Amino acid sequence: MNALAANVMHFARVLRRVGLPAGPDKVTVALEALQVLNVGRRRDVFHALQAVFVERHAQSELFRLAFDRFWRAPEDVAPNTPSAPGLGEATTQHPRRIDEAFGARGADAPTNLPDVIAGWSAAESLRAKDFESMNATEIADARRLIATLRLPIHEVATRRFRSGATRGRVDVRAMFKSMVRGGGVVELKYKQRAMRRPPLVVLCDISGSMAPYARMLLHFLHAVTNDRDRVHVFLFGTRLTNVTRELAHRDPDEAIARVTASVKDWSGGTRIGDALATFNRLWSRRVLAQGAVTLLISDGLDRDGGEGLGTEMERLHRSCRRLIWLNPLLRYAAFEPKSAGIRAMLPHVDDFRPVHNLDSLVDLIAALSMPVRRMAA
Amino acid sequence: MSSPATALPSSIDDTAELLRGGGYIADRALATSLFLALKLKRPLFLEGEAGVGKTEVAKVLARTLGRDLVRLQCYEGLDINTAVYEWNYPRQMMAIRLAEASGRGQEAALARDIYAPEYLIKRPLLRALEPHKSGAPVLLIDELDRTDEPFEAFLLEILSDYQITIPELGTMRSTEPPIVIVTSNRTREVHDAIKRRCLYQWLDYPDAARERAILKARLPNAGEKLSAQVVAFVQMLRGLELFKPPGLAETIDWAQALMVLDAVELEQGAVEATLGVVLKYQDDITRVRGEIASRGIEQALVAAR
Repeated sequence: MNALAANVMHFARVLRRVGLPAGPDKVTVALEALQVLNVGRRRDVFHALQAVFVERHAQSELFRLAFDRFWRAPEDVAPNTPSAPGLGEATTQHPRRIDEAFGARGADAPTNLPDVIAGWSAAESLRAKDFESMNATEIADARRLIATLRLPIHEVATRRFRSGATRGRVDVRAMFKSMVRGGGVVELKYKQRAMRRPPLVVLCDISGSMAPYARMLLHFLHAVTNDRDRVHVFLFGTRLTNVTRELAHRDPDEAIARVTASVKDWSGGTRIGDALATFNRLWSRRVLAQGAVTLLISDGLDRDGGEGLGTEMERLHRSCRRLIWLNPLLRYAAFEPKSAGIRAMLPHVDDFRPVHNLDSLVDLIAALSMPVRRMAA
Repeated sequence: MSSPATALPSSIDDTAELLRGGGYIADRALATSLFLALKLKRPLFLEGEAGVGKTEVAKVLARTLGRDLVRLQCYEGLDINTAVYEWNYPRQMMAIRLAEASGRGQEAALARDIYAPEYLIKRPLLRALEPHKSGAPVLLIDELDRTDEPFEAFLLEILSDYQITIPELGTMRSTEPPIVIVTSNRTREVHDAIKRRCLYQWLDYPDAARERAILKARLPNAGEKLSAQVVAFVQMLRGLELFKPPGLAETIDWAQALMVLDAVELEQGAVEATLGVVLKYQDDITRVRGEIASRGIEQALVAAR
């Protein structure tokens, strides 16, 4: 059992290095789990450790790769073969093989793992991006400016009540309590629905034509993410990347370094239709469910000429409470929507916000905070 | 409640067998994590698309183990008053009136009396912690993703200590922790802290063989041929990148619908007439109707042969 415990701990270290939250609490549970199992069956050990270490479906594939690498064994062993060279036996009967595997694995194997993962995207021509870091004054300014941001969205009433002084529903619970306490004097108490900001989903274009604004937008997105709860941020060029977790890091430079590392299609072409289709299919039900407001930041210049864009915009529009489109291209009051992409998208937005100069947070926040204008579709 | 309590399963195979006895065909991964959840007395967190049988796990488990099922359906704004307990104010008022009328309005005694357990309305979470005749109940916390974060935080406390404090009465602690199944449709990300206390299991759409087995277990009267074709067609639909691919529940409903229409085999007319049972979005229906449907039927007929 000791060898197994050591293996599990070592495995947890590997998992941590590839980014799974495999803390000591999990290791304890994993060991408990293996004690009640027949560890001779590799597949059962796999499922058991998966149930313990994986917390979200997106981690399953990573876990599978790590497991296969770590508990290197012949192809998936048939579950009922008693002679299967599984774990339990391996630790007692084949210490040499385990030693060898550990030797090969020990120090350098964890570095192999990310290669495998990076290899998935090798087919695409990718561009990395470097951003200047922000100095302390800039960070402080950004925080201050974000505090003035008023999105043209009202707070929405939740289903939860909060007691208060103004007239609303009668709060029987509070009345009863005060009556018992106050010796029989009945005093009318009220409660109202608690108000709350709706979730915010940002879809931000990072294609070549948007490149000049990218740094500023990322700082804006970082500030928004850290200012309120329930914010989800997606970046898209030729494909869609969810960067919410990366942006949640408190330090803006660290967060942006993480985002740049995770996004593979900086300053490439734009396939807005494709990106929205992916969003609609994979994410809309997961992040738009609680009456979310969607902020789409894009110049509307689509490489595919707006094909299929209309339907996807319509779908998106129907799935969220409000769809706000922020367009840095529309600097002139006399702008006419000529591009096919823009024409396909315009009819499906609730609110359309041109930004005259997207080089500063001040202008961006001012543009977003303007009162609502009705869209002429 | 009904049948006497069965002992907990002693192995993964036992667990799978137990579920099969209740008409639930589980794959090895689910059987493993469920077995571990029972053995290690940890909540099991089931996540997956709508209609893959998450809720059913808890129902079947309660039935086959002979335990009571306590279900908490989550929704936005769920609070302690509806999830845990509430005092029965009208009855408390009445008690005070009666006490006044009979002239024994002594404050201290009255305060003790009106906060007696008989004025307590027990909601699901409190009921799940009470002793049950047939052993610890199965507590189903359904669609946790529908609640808001404050409730999640509260749940965290219950899931770690299995105890509830009612200020007027004291702390209620369960003698035997309930078997907890938490489900989520992933309409939002549930907080990591909850997941950390649970064993996690993602439920996927079943493969063709398991789906046929499930259909057979759930609809024993369905013709072999029709079932196989229905499964093949639904599997084809899931590969189409639809807005909402059909779940297992839709497969079962659809087979049932076709049986009601006396279909022995898939054919264009019946399929198109009943497409609304499988697909729930107009975009998806328009896309499938016509050519894709007829090609799918052809393939299904071949596959089921």
